[in-house]
Amino acid sequence: MTEKVLLVDDEEDFLEVLSERMTNRGIEVSTATSATEAIRIAENESFDAIIVDLMMPEMDGLEALKLIKEKKPESQVILLTGHATVDKGIEAMKLGAMDFLEKPADLSQLTEKIKKAHAKKMIIVEKQIEEKVKKIMRTVGW
Amino acid sequence: MNQKAQISNDKGLRFFGKMTASVTHEIKNALATINENAGLLTDYIAMAARGRPLDTEQLNKLSMRIKDQVKRADTLLKTLNRLAHSVDDPIKTVNLSEILQLFALLSVRFAAPRGITVDIGGRPESINIQTSPLLLLNALFLCLEFSMEATGRSQCIELKPEKTDTGVRIYFSPLPGIDRLSNDSFLSSQIPDLLENLTADFIIDTEAKSVALDLSDPLRPS
Repeated sequence: MTEKVLLVDDEEDFLEVLSERMTNRGIEVSTATSATEAIRIAENESFDAIIVDLMMPEMDGLEALKLIKEKKPESQVILLTGHATVDKGIEAMKLGAMDFLEKPADLSQLTEKIKKAHAKKMIIVEKQIEEKVKKIMRTVGW
Repeated sequence: MNQKAQISNDKGLRFFGKMTASVTHEIKNALATINENAGLLTDYIAMAARGRPLDTEQLNKLSMRIKDQVKRADTLLKTLNRLAHSVDDPIKTVNLSEILQLFALLSVRFAAPRGITVDIGGRPESINIQTSPLLLLNALFLCLEFSMEATGRSQCIELKPEKTDTGVRIYFSPLPGIDRLSNDSFLSSQIPDLLENLTADFIIDTEAKSVALDLSDPLRPS
């Protein structure tokens, strides 16, 4: 099954090339050059993984992560950063990030993480469906 | 070293660290883009080995992108190198125009995320001053932080140096939102030691909608 990914980075060249490389590997990629645009896209579409740059204009990656998790708690967010610090990594994980990677990232490593995100998301969605079915069963009283 | 000089040095070191972290972060972004372009080139070669012909236009685009990013990284490294040399001598004669250019390059990463540009105009008249380059950059940065809070709707902060009888004054304007900020803000309260070591002062002018760093040249007769 094709993984669906949202790539968020204000570095347009980076976004364009990484997007092409992922597409070449059979991943369905959408892109956003700002956190605001990413949140708008994430609200209307479902992604297996959202890969967000930590440092962006207007709103940084951690703020974006917080808002994405608020609106879509099942989202699997991977943070990418030019300079990873332990503090930022811990903060990201506390806010619910699935992983934290330093640029330049190895694409095969990133692809592995996307696959894990996909599997994790499937489990969460299945659980959500199960809960919904249980709720319906209780309400209808079959 | 007295306590005030020590505090000022510590602040200078923190500022140096902050600038270094910012520039190296930007260099990593350039390297990440070069890395992805090199990766894409490898992808194209692998596709060619499987029979897909190489597209020269695509290759040319990749080559241009890599060149652009190398140029960007080179500018960043030059900036970092100039910053490193700013501490060669505690006090030296500096060309203000050159210091402002370095400052403009360092400030991009802090101003751009807020949609603000820092304009140092064309090459201003040549003004030389005896000062501590690192502390001067630090004081300019604090002025910029204050100015960014006071830009209001203006998205461009212009830096204008002017000679005075005792040294030089560097104006940051226009700051239409300056009325909202109180005069006892961090500018006047946080850094007296830095100002003392620089023989400088901050001048907040709510009528002119500007803030200025007034710098005395210790060698200029007053």
